[in-house]
Amino acid sequence: MSFWNDPLKVAADWLMGIFTGWGMPELLAQVLIGFLGIFILVALLMVLDIALVWVERKVVARFQDRIGPNRLGPFGLIQPFADIVKLIIKEDTTPGGADKVVYNIAPMLSMMSVLILWAVVPLAPTILGVDLNIGVLYIIAAGAIGTLSIIMAGWSSNNKFALIGAFRQVAVMVSFEIPMLATLLIPTILAGSMGTSAIVEGQTIWYFLLSPLGALIFLIAAIAELGRAPFDMAEGESELVSGYNIEYSGMKFGMFYAGELLHAFTFGGFWAIMFFGGYRFFGLEKVSPFLAIAIILFKAFIGYWIIMWVKYTLMRIRIDHMLSFNWKFLTPLAFVLLMVTALMNTLLAGTPTWLYIAGMFLSNILVGWGALEIARSYSRREREKVERPKPVVETAHH
Amino acid sequence: MNPWIFVGLFLVVGLIIPVGAIAVAWILAPKKPNPIKQTTYECGIETVGESWVQFKAQYYIFALVFLVFDVETVFLFPWAVKLGALGLFAVVEGIIFILILFAGLVYTWRKGMLEWA
Amino acid sequence: MTPDQIVFLIVAFVTLGSGLMVVTTRNLVHAALWLVATLFGVAVTYALLNANFLAIVQVVVYIGAIAILFIFAVMLTRRDMRDQGPQVNKNWWFGALLAVATFGGLFFLLQGWNGMSKTAPTYPVSFDAISELGNALTSPAGYVLPFEVASVLLVTALVGAVYIAFNRK
Repeated sequence: MSFWNDPLKVAADWLMGIFTGWGMPELLAQVLIGFLGIFILVALLMVLDIALVWVERKVVARFQDRIGPNRLGPFGLIQPFADIVKLIIKEDTTPGGADKVVYNIAPMLSMMSVLILWAVVPLAPTILGVDLNIGVLYIIAAGAIGTLSIIMAGWSSNNKFALIGAFRQVAVMVSFEIPMLATLLIPTILAGSMGTSAIVEGQTIWYFLLSPLGALIFLIAAIAELGRAPFDMAEGESELVSGYNIEYSGMKFGMFYAGELLHAFTFGGFWAIMFFGGYRFFGLEKVSPFLAIAIILFKAFIGYWIIMWVKYTLMRIRIDHMLSFNWKFLTPLAFVLLMVTALMNTLLAGTPTWLYIAGMFLSNILVGWGALEIARSYSRREREKVERPKPVVETAHH
Repeated sequence: MNPWIFVGLFLVVGLIIPVGAIAVAWILAPKKPNPIKQTTYECGIETVGESWVQFKAQYYIFALVFLVFDVETVFLFPWAVKLGALGLFAVVEGIIFILILFAGLVYTWRKGMLEWA
Repeated sequence: MTPDQIVFLIVAFVTLGSGLMVVTTRNLVHAALWLVATLFGVAVTYALLNANFLAIVQVVVYIGAIAILFIFAVMLTRRDMRDQGPQVNKNWWFGALLAVATFGGLFFLLQGWNGMSKTAPTYPVSFDAISELGNALTSPAGYVLPFEVASVLLVTALVGAVYIAFNRK
């Protein structure tokens, strides 16, 4: 097989030949080759991260009808590099009374939790970091480490605002994990496996067509997990200054910021993998793995664009509204959708394809419409309670 | 060859990158601590009171409800994996499982535990 | 010493060391964080045994939910970040004696077991642990009744916690 068809295997075999030729034991050679491959992937991710800083600033500028960075280099392309230099040479002030060990570890854990997510992102039919058969739960596990890093950062800063911001952020992240888990169960049911490559391979019909409501709920839960607007209670600039990363400066802040952008892009990628076919595009991915990588990066960019679009259009939601929305609307809706999907999937199992797609799609639309009707009648009742003309109160004379 | 070795390598490389970046910053950045710089930030004024937060029980309640639902959803994953191959009986079992926990959520809701105030 | 054994020894050492730090450190928040390290060590042990699902569930449930709960409880009830308390009470010698006796008993029981030198049989290539688990959980001849009882158990825990919290308000 040539290099263009299966680059990872060809490169690995070539390196293995060299290493065993030097007399290295095979296990050590495999570990070393794996290490090299992972290092290259992570280095490319950091380059992507730098590009995302530029994309984010240009896009927010366009949404706000201005130009964005355009001084450094053509179209401001050198701007992120200037930002990195600034962050590196900025003084790193540790607040007095901060818990030094925890304070220093928090940004490292935050960045690590984002980088390890790419172990289960299938970039091409033959390129996958680690083919774990529990890929979907791995995403949640990496999120758990991220949650831990936020609360460590907020606590160790010895700052009231950081602590309040961190607690609120963790409460929101943790609450929205439930609808995310429930909607992640839907591709698992449809594909019959928890592994991400199996989910992509199973999408002869994109799961977005079979479960549009699931895709929508996953997007909402993902935006809340990322801590981005309209769910960015922790970072509300006008309310808590900067939430859990108030006391961080220099490269430690850079790790939080860059980690958040890369996290958003990664979840754009996961939205594409779970519901939009990942690297599949009507058979184009079989032509070359590099084309498959291009396809999935393109879809991830579209997902990231939608996440940015939502961020720069909607207003921030209050914390109690956020939590009510999650526990009283989104979680019951996600579980009802799960039950309906499981039932329809089994009832329509043997039917022809068009009936299957139509049945699943219609059941999703019905569940969504029903939920909105219930919400509407509930809010109508609440409004009537408030707007009812109040009875005139007789005051006692003399 | 255990695939988890590569996950371990991802963890190691994922730690090397931020540690490396922060180490570079530590080498290149000036270090001139003085007491003013090290005061905690409170919108540009002097700090008032100690930095601890009034115990708000709601944080703990939400984390508790999350724990119960997290364990429930984790139970549902092996069920979901096998759903395509098994028949209606397995689907009904799973639906009963979810409905029992739904009842728990409704109970918590009615008791007012899901309010922020 | 095979590489597997070396890795296991390192992981076990880290796990036990973190467990020791949980009970000996003076700062309660640090204790909660050492607990996270211990739980992670247990997850790595599951991974070494090729129990994929258990390893990842350990991280998701224990570290992602239970450790967060502990940390919330500890952080929300501290008056001061630098909380230091007395490390031992009067009867520490009795606790130490009990621990040594338990360890001695376990050691005595396990040294007569000949399973330590056996290797576990390898699974056939087509063995998929999660499908087997799914089969076991949903088949009537399997564990379907404990599966449903587990949900009742979870609801009981939730109702109990809500009841306690509600009364005290």
